[in-house]
Amino acid sequence: MFRKSKPLFDTPLLLEAASGAFQKLDPRVQVRNPVMFVVYIGSIITTFLFVHTWGGNGEAPGLFILGVAIWLWATLLFANFAEALAEGRGKAQAATLRAMRTTVNAKKLSEPRHGAAWFSVPADNLVKDDVVLVEAGDVIPCDGQVIEGVASVDESAITGESAPVIRESGGDFNAVTGGTRVLSDWLVVIVTTNPGESFLDRMIAMVEGATRRKTPNEIALTILLASFTIVFLLATATLLPYSLYAIQQAGTGSVITITVLIALLVCLIPTTIGGLLSAIGIAGMSRMLEANVVATSGRAIEAAGDIDTLLLDKTGTITLGNRQATAFLPAPGVKEKELADTAQLASLADETPEGRSIVILAKQKYNLREREVHKIEATFVPFSAQTRMSGVSMHGIEVRKGAADAIRKFVESAGGKFPEAVQRNVDDVARRGGTPLVVAEAARVLGVVELKDIVKGGIKERFAEMRRMGIKTVMITGDNPLTAAAIAAESGVDDFLAEATPEAKLSLIRKYQAEGHLVAMTGDGTNDAPALAQADVAVAMNSGTQAAKEAGTMVDLDSNPTKLIEVVEIGKQMLITRGSLTTFSIANDVAKYFAIIPAAFATTYPPLNALNIMHLATPSSAIMSAVIFNALIIIALIPLALRGVQYRPSSAAAMLRRNIMIYGVGGVIAPFIGIKFIDVIISAF
Amino acid sequence: MSSAFAVQLILYMAVLAGITPLMGKWMLAAVDGHCGRGPLGKAERLFYRVCGVNPDEEMTWQRYAFGMMLFSGVGALVTYFMQRTQLWLPLNPQHMANVTPDSSFNTAVSFTTNTNWQGYVGEATMSYFTQMAGLAVHNFVSAAAGIAVAFALMRGITRKSVNTIGNVWTDLTRLTMYVLLPICFVFALLLISQGMIQNFNEYVKVTPLDPAQGEQSLAMGPVASQIAIKMLGTNGGGFFNANAAHPYENPNMLSNALQILAIFSLGAGLCYSFGLMASDKRQGWAIWSAMAIMFVVAACFCVTFEQQGNPALAQYGVDQTASTLQPGGNMEGKEARFGIAASSLFATITTSASCGAVNSMHASYTPLGGLVPMWLMQLGEVVYGGVGSGMYGMLVFVVVAVFVAGLMVGRTPEYLGKKIEPYEMKMAAFVVLVTPLLVLLGTAIAVAGEAGQKGPLNPGPHGFSEILYGFSSAANNNGSAFASLSANTPFYNTALGIAMWFGRFAIMVPVLAIAGSLARKRGMAVTAGTLPTHGPLFVFLLISTVLIVGALTYLPALALGPIAEQLLLVAAH
Repeated sequence: MFRKSKPLFDTPLLLEAASGAFQKLDPRVQVRNPVMFVVYIGSIITTFLFVHTWGGNGEAPGLFILGVAIWLWATLLFANFAEALAEGRGKAQAATLRAMRTTVNAKKLSEPRHGAAWFSVPADNLVKDDVVLVEAGDVIPCDGQVIEGVASVDESAITGESAPVIRESGGDFNAVTGGTRVLSDWLVVIVTTNPGESFLDRMIAMVEGATRRKTPNEIALTILLASFTIVFLLATATLLPYSLYAIQQAGTGSVITITVLIALLVCLIPTTIGGLLSAIGIAGMSRMLEANVVATSGRAIEAAGDIDTLLLDKTGTITLGNRQATAFLPAPGVKEKELADTAQLASLADETPEGRSIVILAKQKYNLREREVHKIEATFVPFSAQTRMSGVSMHGIEVRKGAADAIRKFVESAGGKFPEAVQRNVDDVARRGGTPLVVAEAARVLGVVELKDIVKGGIKERFAEMRRMGIKTVMITGDNPLTAAAIAAESGVDDFLAEATPEAKLSLIRKYQAEGHLVAMTGDGTNDAPALAQADVAVAMNSGTQAAKEAGTMVDLDSNPTKLIEVVEIGKQMLITRGSLTTFSIANDVAKYFAIIPAAFATTYPPLNALNIMHLATPSSAIMSAVIFNALIIIALIPLALRGVQYRPSSAAAMLRRNIMIYGVGGVIAPFIGIKFIDVIISAF
Repeated sequence: MSSAFAVQLILYMAVLAGITPLMGKWMLAAVDGHCGRGPLGKAERLFYRVCGVNPDEEMTWQRYAFGMMLFSGVGALVTYFMQRTQLWLPLNPQHMANVTPDSSFNTAVSFTTNTNWQGYVGEATMSYFTQMAGLAVHNFVSAAAGIAVAFALMRGITRKSVNTIGNVWTDLTRLTMYVLLPICFVFALLLISQGMIQNFNEYVKVTPLDPAQGEQSLAMGPVASQIAIKMLGTNGGGFFNANAAHPYENPNMLSNALQILAIFSLGAGLCYSFGLMASDKRQGWAIWSAMAIMFVVAACFCVTFEQQGNPALAQYGVDQTASTLQPGGNMEGKEARFGIAASSLFATITTSASCGAVNSMHASYTPLGGLVPMWLMQLGEVVYGGVGSGMYGMLVFVVVAVFVAGLMVGRTPEYLGKKIEPYEMKMAAFVVLVTPLLVLLGTAIAVAGEAGQKGPLNPGPHGFSEILYGFSSAANNNGSAFASLSANTPFYNTALGIAMWFGRFAIMVPVLAIAGSLARKRGMAVTAGTLPTHGPLFVFLLISTVLIVGALTYLPALALGPIAEQLLLVAAH
């Protein structure tokens, strides 16, 4: 639903953010951010100092103080604007969600069974454990669990997927989401959430930032930034007595002004990252939502960045989902075409994906047309757990396909022999990770059809990428170890768990965690819930059960298990953006010192002008340039903060080298150029 | 930079690298209790029984910190009262008077905190008893305390999922018994062999070559035994006022070389111990290398400006170039026996570490040459640093560096598998804040008040440098002085005493808190996504963090002191 990613800036959003920037000047908002609060105080003081000049006895030329005051307010507004813009984008997403929550009337049942009397109540009045009836055409009024009935449901409002899904009582498809629509049949649903706690409500709250709490990393970073701020506060505040002492000693010169001290302080404290910090967090949440993943907290997104072990279900994630016929391996003395023909015949009435794939392979290889079952007067023999074979009976000829041991029994009971060569083929196929199906016509074994899991295209490269990032991929499958090993080798995962049971999954996660790994997994079934709860990051499929969704830290609306990889990348990107901008912010200070120190002490120790290596025009233009640069850099970096630093999967060492070059070394150089440029412009007037 | 200096520096670094593993293994073996065999071990165990200490007990960080504070507090009090009553105590042949309250306070704090700032003149103030039973004891145990805290932090980093970080009593005892005492014993004998004195004699009266000068009194005393631990324990408190420039305290070039080697030996060794504890020696060598690079660059910078001499002298036609007949450069305040190279090297080493012994007068250095020792202290003395304190100070910088770098690779920052979370960050931020607070605020108070303004003996930026240097030295527990500050006044004794106390313990306690918190964490596995902390990139990052935090904090103040002074010198001519 959010896939139609909005342009980063559009006019209404910008206008709203601009007005939001002013509203955020409220001191109660400002005090939450220690770095920007210092700027706030500085802006107020310089404004007073400017007003003071009206009496004709200001500490510096009025125009200079005014200039500094204006740009300090601008610094503040730019930071507010960044945050408001990030929030605005979230709000737009929330509005889309809220539109879905049309107030509907629910058919509340007097007794929890189909056919009981119902009366109409507003959906908002439903509480947990109420039971409602939803019929074709109705909107499901709340999150709930199906306790009776089966129906097709249009969940496109939540998932963006237009194909209807089946929801039924029992099993793994019993969860329904409020806001979706029943297309056919009826459901009896027990309400699982109270008003305001539904999935949709939680999403809206998350997006709007109402429940956004600072993540641990964000708190730690804020502490670091606050300590830098205090250090710089000390370094600048003590300059006043130092300067007084210097003048007393030198006997000449004038004391450094409060305006210059404030300008120096604001330039030195990490305003760039301080101003953009919350915008980065909000934008991270938005990017998750654009990927159609709803995280239960910002913490969950960060944790995704830390993941180093991914547990992936084989089916649907690594392989396309169903086994498909890939080869015909005839018995000695049988032509491959004959085998294909018979295999196709045996599969004609078989509507399973495996059966269809045999028909299709025969058609592709030998151009064997599909025959109509009733035209050739054949009767279909369906698969049964007892015989473990399926096929057709036609004019007294029994054609069967099935597992090797089942066919062996079938053939031997008809007086035939199971050839050694076929058995060898069967073993080979199994060893390769395929599933062997043996085809027989009465007492004669014709050969083996090889069924294989088809590994998704490009998945191997993806896993290689993950390996470079230091993430280990583990395939989870119900297959036997032999088959699992073959698919694991083909797809390039690092490890696999075969014959996986929910208990085995849980203990595998615990084992990895004990070794110091952080584990992520996806799941949809109720039996996945314990493992999901144990995993450090758990992405539940939206199509999954309520239990799974509650155990997960995120819900994937697309129900796409591969999404986990994207989630990890978004998590990493958010941390990288914070780290890079912090580095940039601190690295900037070097140039600012060279701009302000010589200017600040120009009157006390004129030789200090030797430090003015940028050859800035005058002391006041130097200070103004530094302050202006400091404000404009926030605006310039808003797109980066909202989009996130470009992320390329690579090893930590390579990534660090790259980011240090760009944001560290670049952060030292950029302000030299920027400040000089601004100085040239303002000294031209 | 002269070739004499280059040879000295290269030789020095080579020998230091050579003894690092030995020292590292030795200290680790000692704290792990592997040295306590035979009669020494029996003595150790008897000592524990007498003191009622259970040597097998492990302590939480709170108990460890409490023990450390108790130990240091009682130690400081005893030393205070010893000075106040020395006239009535034994071993006082010169009948030294009881020391004034403010000076006693300052000295008691100074020696307890391993600073060894000396506001007094040793040979004219302290009795032999005070020197030996008071000050020398602190030389040992304050050094042991620093190393103990370093080991506690290193245990915190390398242990997994436990509550405890060691036993403060066994750490202190074992480090003193098995490391400091034996090394000092041998070291003192070596120094005596070079002509250093060791006696309890009364001062000797001699007639100088020029009888017109009158009779001269030569101070005597148990010097060698004091000097061994003064260097090894990075204490730096001189027996004589002239410190290592005094011929009895530093007779020749060999004794000079042994002394500067001793200053770094344990600090460097701790890097190796850390590598051993982390089961990855590269981790230790990475920290060692970061320290080495900063040191070599600083030493070269210092000697370059000293060798350049004073630009103000050029106008008088003074030849300041080095030749076979003269050392050239700035020889003011330097011993002719040691010259520019050995003096600059000594000055850089003594301030990189928190030693503070001097063999030349730092106040007489050229402004930028003198900036080096001052700045090295302001960086927090983490270039090998004080014994223990250098290591734990550097590891706090590692935490900060790893935090920013960790974010840049898209992971919750971690060091050696331990996540750096808000609690660690809070403590690390506190540590980073404490010293600038003490230095900058202390200097501000000094320059703002009359009592403080009386201190400096020089006008202008140099006077400012003297005060800034004093507070930098005290708050970082160095103890060296820009000697022209007259600091034995109630104001400076009190202010610097406070700076020393908090500069030591307001750092030790949060460091132990970090140790405790890290010890509790489970270790994360190392993968390709883990930030590597052993390569050149990390070394670069660590150096940048130390420099940026140091440079950005002190640059404005330094601009008004040494930088302004140098530029004024240049501009005047």
